[in-house]
Amino acid sequence: MTQFRKLPWLRSAGLAITWLGLALTLCPTATSAQSAPVIVASKPFGESFLLAEMFAQLLESRGFEVERRLGLGATEIAFQALRTGAIDVYPEYTGTGLVAVLDQSPEGSAGDVFRTVSREFRERWGVHWLPPLGFENTYAIAVRRESAEADGLRTLSDLARVADGYVGGFSPDFIGRLDGLPGLRSAYGLRVQAERSLLQAVKYEALDRGEVDVVDGYSTDGRIDRYDFVVLEDDREFFPPYEASPLVGRRLWDTRPDAVRALSELAGMLDDEAMRALNRRIEVDEEELETVARDALTDIGLVAGPAIRMVSDPEGRAGSLGAYLLARRIEILDLTIRHILLVSVSLVSATLVAIPLGLLLERARRSAEAIIRAIGLFQTIPSIALLAFMIPLLGIGVVPALVALFLYSLFPILRNTYTGITDADPAAVDSARSLGMTEAQILKQIRLPLAIPVIMAGVRTAAVITVGTATLAAFIGAGGLGDPIVAGLALSDSWMILSGAIPAAILAFLVDGALGVLQRIVTPTGLEIAG
Amino acid sequence: MRDQALPTDGPVLSAKDVVKRFDSVPVLNHVTLSAERGDIIALVGESGSGKTTLLRLFNRMITADDGEVCVGGRNVHTLNPVQLRRSIGYVQQQGGLIPHWTVLRNVALVPRLRRMASPDELASMALQLVGLSPDEFGSRRPGELSGGQEQRVALARALAAEPEIILLDEPFRALDAITRAELVESVHAVLREIGVTALLVTHDIRTALDIADRVAVLRSGRFEQVAPAAELRSSPATPYVQQLLQRAGEA
Repeated sequence: MTQFRKLPWLRSAGLAITWLGLALTLCPTATSAQSAPVIVASKPFGESFLLAEMFAQLLESRGFEVERRLGLGATEIAFQALRTGAIDVYPEYTGTGLVAVLDQSPEGSAGDVFRTVSREFRERWGVHWLPPLGFENTYAIAVRRESAEADGLRTLSDLARVADGYVGGFSPDFIGRLDGLPGLRSAYGLRVQAERSLLQAVKYEALDRGEVDVVDGYSTDGRIDRYDFVVLEDDREFFPPYEASPLVGRRLWDTRPDAVRALSELAGMLDDEAMRALNRRIEVDEEELETVARDALTDIGLVAGPAIRMVSDPEGRAGSLGAYLLARRIEILDLTIRHILLVSVSLVSATLVAIPLGLLLERARRSAEAIIRAIGLFQTIPSIALLAFMIPLLGIGVVPALVALFLYSLFPILRNTYTGITDADPAAVDSARSLGMTEAQILKQIRLPLAIPVIMAGVRTAAVITVGTATLAAFIGAGGLGDPIVAGLALSDSWMILSGAIPAAILAFLVDGALGVLQRIVTPTGLEIAG
Repeated sequence: MRDQALPTDGPVLSAKDVVKRFDSVPVLNHVTLSAERGDIIALVGESGSGKTTLLRLFNRMITADDGEVCVGGRNVHTLNPVQLRRSIGYVQQQGGLIPHWTVLRNVALVPRLRRMASPDELASMALQLVGLSPDEFGSRRPGELSGGQEQRVALARALAAEPEIILLDEPFRALDAITRAELVESVHAVLREIGVTALLVTHDIRTALDIADRVAVLRSGRFEQVAPAAELRSSPATPYVQQLLQRAGEA
């Protein structure tokens, strides 16, 4: 009598379990501490990538197995991951540890700061700062040379005088941090006319084109010279010392002292000049991360030089973008498959939850709006924030990414299901009720089939959003097509960005098309004209 | 699921001193009406006069605030509303056909809900009764029908389970003049032929006079006049009824 009785809840539950299984295949299998690879991570900017790659290669040269989780979202995400044991080591800066993690005011000498963070991190979390690498990477507040000359700017005090005519382009981090804009405001009375939140990767470009007038850069950044910007002197010594160190988690410290010793060999090996030169090779000359890291380790003398430096052009960079993509097709295919798994597991789970929930809410209309709006609140949480919230509960990697994508998919499907069902052809519903159909019969036989085109539209919306949002999963180490996008942004490598962005765009297009075909198949005959 | 047998004596439908308010505004104000077996009664009035509200009291789609509504001599409040509705035919303004079901499945709805034997056969008979060939129309979807055909299918659906009572809520409203005239004629013929008790809501007094034995004129929740069609035409009881007739060119 009803076509939906053929699909009992039991079978839906079976499907859900299958999907859970699929989700688990995405996760790396748990291994014991002895044989487990050392997990090396970085934050999403070039220098952090490079240092992490150096850590990784150094450990590999000493016989350790290494797993790379490069480009984790931000300080918050990387530190949470380290604290909870999801990663073992990543490069961090003492000033950042002092201000952003410990919430202390930015003051003291480099030595004081190092001692403070060493003590506090060890006592609070069992996290250890290895001896600093030798260079300092402080904030470099930069302006265009012509503005510096026109307004006579040399120091931050000079800038404070004229800042009300300047538009700032700052990292989201910098805008909120005590050692960033709020601190500058109290130390120098510096107030810009307007501030824009910009990623490191696009900041210099925006400054160069005059879209913003002042940016926060890094003093070791390879690009500041290239654009001929002027770095303003911190004449009141506001910025705390930012010495770079390997930050080591409790597990590695306790169980792998030999690995910790190996990383300690980097102490004092990189000065400001050396670091800036390395950064320039990556960010300006677009050399490969692996090559630059290997050269750096060889020059320091920590690993033996490779017999042949560059034999060929394995990535096809000499040719066109097409040749580059073709050369990386296997890797791109891998990332795409992983991306599809992330999207489909979260999307199908969200569908399996949202549709029954929508049906349930039709029977509880009074509370429906409130519940749907509450679920809609997830939509308003920025993806990075949601991912960061989940690290203490779920660690990093695939699981929190799936949960976040699931939560983002829920709302469009639920909203459309509920709207489709409650708005279903009022005349048909009224006459069915008037002829003696029960509410349950009306729901199953009339409202649900009539709502299918609307529900499918919700699923398609969720799918396209999820394909896009899943690229952010790279920030918590879940992989997928976000990996080359995050790395490309950090390394200013537009081909690398495109090698993630193009497949993601094609994927969104294909997924929507495929769901369109599915929509035609599942839409009951007789509704095509209306639906 | 047994059919609710209706008693054979007394009025089939009755409303006694019924009051219904929406947000404390009275829509029906002490209304009394009854129909004997086989009566065709038209409820006429402007929109907002309460005629649809009165109609829907009988299948408990609306409940009265005061007074007594009986079907087959039993107060509707003592009856299970779902069972009650399955025993009463219903046609509404825009057909209200279920768009993803075939015509035959739509028409077989009530026989199937009542678990009657061979619902499709009953549906075919009902389609023939309203002048549609089951072979030609049975497998179509509502979207493939004209407005007049849709209303015929809706009428067939209301009659398929052979109810003793049928409620029709503005069944001709959405139709063009020619289609309407044809349909009014065949509805009249069908209702007479099967001898069903019918309550028809219409804003058009001419349709009411063409079809009904008795016409009840409602205005602001009260009856202006309830009388056989001929009597209403010859001696309108109030200036309002007179005016309605004049406007329709029936005076």
